[in-house]
Amino acid sequence: MTTYESDVLADPGRPGEPSAALLEVSDLEVSFPSEDGRVRAVRGLSYRVAAGEVLGIVGESGSGKSVSSLAVMGLLPPSARIGGSIRLRGQELLGLSDTELSRIRGRKVAMVFQDPLSALTPVYTVGDQIAEALLVHGGRSTTPSAARNRAVELLDLVGIPNAAERVKAFPHEFSGGMRQRAVIAMAIANDPDLIIADEPTTALDVTVQAQVLEVLKTAQEVTGAGIVLITHDLGVVAGTADRVIVMYAGKAVESGTVDEIFATPRMPYTLGLLGSIPRLDVGRGQPLVPIEGQPPSLVALPPGCPFSPRCPLREAACDAGEPELLPAPGAGPDHRAACIRTADLAAADAEGGDLAAELFDAHVVEAERVDAETRIDREVVLGVDRLVKHYPVRTGGLFRRKVGAVQAVDGVTFDVRAGETLGLVGESGCGKSTTIMEIMNLDPPMGGSIQVLGSQVEGLSRADRKRIRRDLQIVFQDPMASLDPRLPVRDLIAEPMEIQGFDKDHISRRVPELMKLVGLRSEQINRYPGEFSGGQRQRICIARALALEPKVLVLDEPVSALDVSIQAGVLNLLDELKARLGLAYLFVAHDLSVVRHIADRVAVMYLGKIVEIGGVEEVFAAPQHPYTQALLSAIPVPDPEVERRRERVLLTGDLPSPANPPSGCRFRTRCQLFATLDEEKQQRCIDVEPPREGALPAEPDAPVADHEVACHWARIRTVV
Amino acid sequence: MARFLARRLVNYVALCLVATFLAFALAAMTFDPVGKLQARNPPPPQATIDAKRAELRLDEPIPQRFVLWLGDAVQGDFGRTVVNQSISDELPRRIGVSLRLFLLGTVVGIGLGVILGVASAIRQYRFSDYAATFFSFVILSTPVFLLGLLLKYLALELNSAAGAQLLVFTGETTPGFQGGFWAALVDRVQHLVLPTLTIALGQIAYYSRYQRSAMLDVLGSDFLRTAQAKGLTRRKALFKHGLRTALVPMATLFAFGFGLLITGGTFTERIFGWYGMGDWLVYGIEQDDTNITATVTLFVAVLVLISGWLSDVFYALLDPRVRLR
Repeated sequence: MTTYESDVLADPGRPGEPSAALLEVSDLEVSFPSEDGRVRAVRGLSYRVAAGEVLGIVGESGSGKSVSSLAVMGLLPPSARIGGSIRLRGQELLGLSDTELSRIRGRKVAMVFQDPLSALTPVYTVGDQIAEALLVHGGRSTTPSAARNRAVELLDLVGIPNAAERVKAFPHEFSGGMRQRAVIAMAIANDPDLIIADEPTTALDVTVQAQVLEVLKTAQEVTGAGIVLITHDLGVVAGTADRVIVMYAGKAVESGTVDEIFATPRMPYTLGLLGSIPRLDVGRGQPLVPIEGQPPSLVALPPGCPFSPRCPLREAACDAGEPELLPAPGAGPDHRAACIRTADLAAADAEGGDLAAELFDAHVVEAERVDAETRIDREVVLGVDRLVKHYPVRTGGLFRRKVGAVQAVDGVTFDVRAGETLGLVGESGCGKSTTIMEIMNLDPPMGGSIQVLGSQVEGLSRADRKRIRRDLQIVFQDPMASLDPRLPVRDLIAEPMEIQGFDKDHISRRVPELMKLVGLRSEQINRYPGEFSGGQRQRICIARALALEPKVLVLDEPVSALDVSIQAGVLNLLDELKARLGLAYLFVAHDLSVVRHIADRVAVMYLGKIVEIGGVEEVFAAPQHPYTQALLSAIPVPDPEVERRRERVLLTGDLPSPANPPSGCRFRTRCQLFATLDEEKQQRCIDVEPPREGALPAEPDAPVADHEVACHWARIRTVV
Repeated sequence: MARFLARRLVNYVALCLVATFLAFALAAMTFDPVGKLQARNPPPPQATIDAKRAELRLDEPIPQRFVLWLGDAVQGDFGRTVVNQSISDELPRRIGVSLRLFLLGTVVGIGLGVILGVASAIRQYRFSDYAATFFSFVILSTPVFLLGLLLKYLALELNSAAGAQLLVFTGETTPGFQGGFWAALVDRVQHLVLPTLTIALGQIAYYSRYQRSAMLDVLGSDFLRTAQAKGLTRRKALFKHGLRTALVPMATLFAFGFGLLITGGTFTERIFGWYGMGDWLVYGIEQDDTNITATVTLFVAVLVLISGWLSDVFYALLDPRVRLR
């Protein structure tokens, strides 16, 4: 974010109350009943938020970060048992009745939730719901019409265009980003002292995430509120927070200013977490730190440090007792870590080098680097040429007249050659999933052609299709949903081989082999998917996809449902498998950092078309399409210093409807470049669809690189 | 939306005709109204039988009979019974009797069903929830005639315990009742309680099950949490945001629920001696009377389709997401 922001934040608090903590949480304990015993979701959490300060709470799923904030709001289910103390400007909140709390909620403390799609009541207008927040607290003096007028102002403030009209819209008429803006409008309606934002951007696309973070910043400037920002995304924290708390297993394991936490982490977990994120600004050479194992169960936690089973610095003393959050040696006064080996970590850090990679023994998988020159000589394993998929839009009547078409995929061309990875990226609704589903169908497409391993899919017989499926396999996004919970791992992995008619001996030999290949123990062969963690389940899916020894693997967002520390392990596995088995990947993702890490080439999709395609280095270092630039620029980098320096390209508005795309260049309605062009040039964007052409060379004399752009006025702009 | 509803209505007219024709054809094919005449002892002369056959158009093809009947029906004449009484004269009174029962049963059933469902959802897994679940399943699995008889028995017990005729279980009013307006009203209510309860109980059980699960869905929803985060108390959020949203699926159920109710109504009218449409249908079948059967079927079809249409209307009123188009 801007430097202005950090200047404001360097001086928290208002005049007259400089040191008064706005929110003071001490020794917070939250537990829930479960079949196995009480789950201690939060175990002795203490923190303070000053007025005007942004506190980031980071942690993986199950770390207790959301539960602790719901406790502050008094919104935990009645079965939760809560202990400790939560004070807001000195007033104890724990133990207040629902009626007493309801006077504080929404007025002094407001909350923004994760999923904007379900956060608004579907049957009332957005305006009514915002006005309600005002009316509940306004007393007699607030009239419904005044509240409605204020709702318009608030919607305008959070950047909803044409607010006076849109205030009458129902939530389903708003996009996800707009709904989150409406929720923020609701949160700031009563000028609260504290805003708790629980993963406010997790459900949103990156460009929309950048917009919403900006709105949150505006909201803070307008209200002067303190913000508790809960997120799993260290990039978001780096650019937004003043101070950070890292949570693990229901406890704060490290806290300090954002710079300290990111530059000199003193708890091995934080260090590993930071090392596990693929970085947009580093790319392929970065070793990803996988944190082995998984977070402990919070029922009957053994004594000692909860992270010790996964910690590379573990020693006998770690299991003796749980370390307290103490000031870290050789660090700032506010920097605390819960680890008995902080001194060793500080010493190792002083020596320099990539501490996380060394400590966790992470290394770059030395895959054979596929370079652009030899690309043309390699076999095309998957070729898509001018692929078209339109979904008809019909009237509801008896005859279901066709009135239009959703142009989900509209002329997409790319190829994947042997041994390489193509990353297909774009925001939700851009057509990337439709593209891969068309490929996986192996049916003749509506328009264009698909070629798999040398055969065109048109005119394939059933037998041909079955044969090709051996070489073309897929891994889906959600490993929970893509495994039948009633089959043991053995059957799951064996199924493709049974379908293809392999004999029993082969299958019973292959299954343990495959499990070993993906890093699962073969003793687990008779277990059911429910007994595995998310990362392990994704490994099962990968093993199943590899069972037939395919040549091409389609990976549909394979790591986006996983926590970062787990994600790193799966990405490393994919890297390794590619190197060992010589696979080609079509890797679909919305996370460009992941693509930068794993892909050789990248194709950027927007509204059913590829706007830019080329080698990862070329595209990321010198993006030429304004959309690619905006997309890259929107992705937060987990480094506060870099984040402060970066200038964001903010896109306006939402994705246009693919049923009615803009004429000419489809991106022009949101294009930041378009706005700066003169009228004549703009007219060209409106009239002529830009063809995909070889991109400008990065330097005047550089050889023509593997890089194509579909923009009339393409120019290089470095944004990472 | 108005156009959509209008178009629906047109479709429904066609459906009504189909339903009525099917009932008419089935009745005409199986009924033998002159059989009883022939079975008389001494047998009536052949001329009398032939006259009756001609009067009932028994020798004409069924489609033709239906068209002739329908032609009269659209003009308000639903034909004559086998014993040569005008159906149209009898119709309004019987419709009145049935509608009173059905409407009251529906209103009581939906009202109490929704309340019971919401209460059970809010108190999930407590004793009252289990009790409501038990009650609902017992009612749902009890045939209506048994329920009616049970209620009759309970009313007898109650009356003898109270030593007075608190609840009456035959007819709509006491024959030859004399008294002022209030006394007459009390008399009517005394007659009304048992039959209404008989059909409402099934409705309560039916709606409460669905309302409970709809409410449970909503209880865990994010928007309820948002409403509380705004500063609404839990109770207020539950009613204003939760219940209002959980009512939406009830609109769809209304169409089905009403069909169930009519089936139950037929038995109920019989058991409690209400001379309504259901009673008439049973009578018509006993008498091998095609015209009565077709008339009652048409009435039921109209009611069911009106309820389906109302379902659409309610849905549109409750849920803005379907209001457009």
